[in-house]
Amino acid sequence: MKTVPPVNEIVERCQTLFDDLDFNAVKQWKAAAPGRKAIGYMPVYVPRELIHAAGMLSVGILGGGDQLEVIQGDAYYQSYICRIPRSTIELGLTGRLDCLDGMLFPSICDVIRNLSGMWQLMFKDKYVRYIDVPQNYEDAIGGKFYVDEMEILRKDLGELRGKPITDEELNASIAVYNENRKAVRERNAYRAAKPWQAPTSEVYLVLRAGMVLPPEEHTQLMRDYIAATDAVPRQRRDNARIVINGSFCEQPPLNLIKSIEMSGCYIVDDDFMLVTRWLLDEVPANGKPLEELSKAFLHRSASTAAKYDAKREDKGQYLLHQVKSGAAGRVVFAAPSFCDPALLERPMLQDVLAKHKVPYTAFKYAENTGQMAPIREQSGTFADSIKLWSAA
Amino acid sequence: MTTAATPPSSKKPQNVQKEDAMWLQKELINKNYMELATARAENRKVSATFVPGNLNELLMCFDFARSLPETNALQNGMRKKSGKFIMDAEREGQSEDVCTYVKADLGMMQGGEIGPTGDPLPTPDVLLLSYTGCFTFMKWFELIRHKYGCETVMLHVPYQGEGKIAPNMRDYVVRQLKDTVIPTLERISGVKFDIDRLREYMKESAKAEENLVRVLQSAKNRPSPIDGYFGAVYYIGPIFTAFRGTKEASQYYDVLRSEIDERVRLGKGPVTPDGDMGEEKYRLVVEGPPNWTSFRDFWKMFYEEGAVVVSSTYAKVGGLYDFGFRHDPDHPLESLAEYCLGCYTNLNLPSRVDMICKYIEEYQADGLLINSIKSCNSFSAGQLLILREVEKRTGRPAAFIETDLVDPRYFSAANVKNRLESYFQMVKQKRGAMAGAH
Repeated sequence: MKTVPPVNEIVERCQTLFDDLDFNAVKQWKAAAPGRKAIGYMPVYVPRELIHAAGMLSVGILGGGDQLEVIQGDAYYQSYICRIPRSTIELGLTGRLDCLDGMLFPSICDVIRNLSGMWQLMFKDKYVRYIDVPQNYEDAIGGKFYVDEMEILRKDLGELRGKPITDEELNASIAVYNENRKAVRERNAYRAAKPWQAPTSEVYLVLRAGMVLPPEEHTQLMRDYIAATDAVPRQRRDNARIVINGSFCEQPPLNLIKSIEMSGCYIVDDDFMLVTRWLLDEVPANGKPLEELSKAFLHRSASTAAKYDAKREDKGQYLLHQVKSGAAGRVVFAAPSFCDPALLERPMLQDVLAKHKVPYTAFKYAENTGQMAPIREQSGTFADSIKLWSAA
Repeated sequence: MTTAATPPSSKKPQNVQKEDAMWLQKELINKNYMELATARAENRKVSATFVPGNLNELLMCFDFARSLPETNALQNGMRKKSGKFIMDAEREGQSEDVCTYVKADLGMMQGGEIGPTGDPLPTPDVLLLSYTGCFTFMKWFELIRHKYGCETVMLHVPYQGEGKIAPNMRDYVVRQLKDTVIPTLERISGVKFDIDRLREYMKESAKAEENLVRVLQSAKNRPSPIDGYFGAVYYIGPIFTAFRGTKEASQYYDVLRSEIDERVRLGKGPVTPDGDMGEEKYRLVVEGPPNWTSFRDFWKMFYEEGAVVVSSTYAKVGGLYDFGFRHDPDHPLESLAEYCLGCYTNLNLPSRVDMICKYIEEYQADGLLINSIKSCNSFSAGQLLILREVEKRTGRPAAFIETDLVDPRYFSAANVKNRLESYFQMVKQKRGAMAGAH
């Protein structure tokens, strides 16, 4: 019988992976067998199954965080552009992303879209592709387009490895990611049920490990974490249960998450790294793989600001569901400065929450925000007001 | 992001010089505002759509009065109204970080159904959401839909990430037109779609496009008879907005072309608000939209120094006609799809760099000036790399200034003027150095 390592060891390992801006885990994975390749991707979603089916490692690139000194990257952007592209350029120019054989830039906003072209100009020896996803949700229209786009990616990755990707390989990878998504859902359910046992500052690191580990290993890691943390009872506090919204691209510093928790909040749901749970349920792994991935995207996927809500009444429903299913009842909008999608979406979501009498507060951050006191004060006041004045 | 400029008043101010075609353009734009103002009384439905990749010919097939929100925002900017609207929208919860076109529009709508001209501007019956080259468009119409309940129909136009239009991209747009957009427009307007009517409009579009290209390319002459940025925003007005496909637009471009041909024959430079421009000293290519709140002051900083813009990328946001695209009545829906897919901000960065380099060579420009707009990530993200690449490839100097579209808080005249003067000096020195080298 396998022994689960202690929770602190698991978290420590995830912290090491998180801190490693040289992507040594990726380098080690590649070095373990000749000819291995790794493909980077940015938020918010790419069909990672295709990369896995090509036998490659998919690597989530979420900027440089608060430990990377951005020197060259700043020379490429005006002051009014968010920080994630400049730190990503910094990672590229300093050779930290040399271990990647390609980069995928999903359809999320104009900045990441244009970064795809910058990558084409700056890293000419790498495979680069902009991943367009449909905003029309009819199978015969948007679905057809999306399948065509995935076919192109499949062909390109096949050429990169020197052998076409078969349907069998794709179905096997869908099954692997189904298991990974299931583990993410288990993690979420556990955190919502016992947030004192699974603080988001830890849960975040465990999820973030999935950006650099193979999915099979990451699935096991998440399950190990739940088992390990459940084995050691922690103190339950009288904290306010909240959902974080707006952090789906540029990531907040880990200290910001800790600050929110220290101020008296249990984060029971969020939109960090949505790629890990973009598809909401199991994708059939025995059919036509690209069509099944397309159907899941069109009809059973998460909602975020980068995705069009086909109907007015759809707006905010995903967030309301998060609030309800996490028994949260409160929302903290934490969006990166200059993030057009998150900041333009926010007033609509706030309006929906107000109509449903869900209290909220809002602030902005950057991935290198250093001053946590104002945020701690704001979220602390919010948490206190909930505890003092809430009818619950 | 885009545009149709016209000055605030419908009367000819004595202190402003314009070509006759510019006055005609102004009449057209004002006429459209009048059509919108009387739409309700005349029982007409009102549509709103964005300038890049707009489907004006298609909307006309359903008799819609046609509103273009960016045009409304810029008109309010030129009339000095946008600052208040932006602050009103920020008070209502919009972030100070986001696009000021959106906030100027939302602020205007908050004030009631009154447009830039002071005439009624009805809340649209349908929002045709074609977000060609700009993600913010999607949020913009979602915000309007959320607040005013307007029916919205999406036309998703894929981005040219690989620098070309792939067949599946075109097919996707055509399928959306056939199966989603046209049926929705039929239902809302109560007018049956007639493809022959569309073909007729497209014939007119192609005529006007031919003349527009002739006018824009006249800037290859020395001196250039036009300003391809400040002047061009007048020239592109009708064709980028509610008039492409109309006989009036065709007539306008006939008049414009004759005027410009005559200026070429006479060896004249562009007409500026202060009359004919003096000696042409600098020929520039400009990337990025103009500032609208200080449009005339901004332009003056150029023509006072003898600088003429011979070509601009902004004049291509509503279509790359100078690279050969024409609306094709023989393949109407496919042609509309190609049009949407081909607008400037839908091009990837390598294509944008290629295009600017081509302009610099073909128009014999001294260099590139980038006007970076705080509001517009679609244009602005990556412009500093564009600058480096263009300098590297052409050997011509490039410069960078920062302003905004319609937020007067982000136009610093002294800073912009200083930078421009330094740039002109740099161009002069570079020219001297090159002459010395030969």
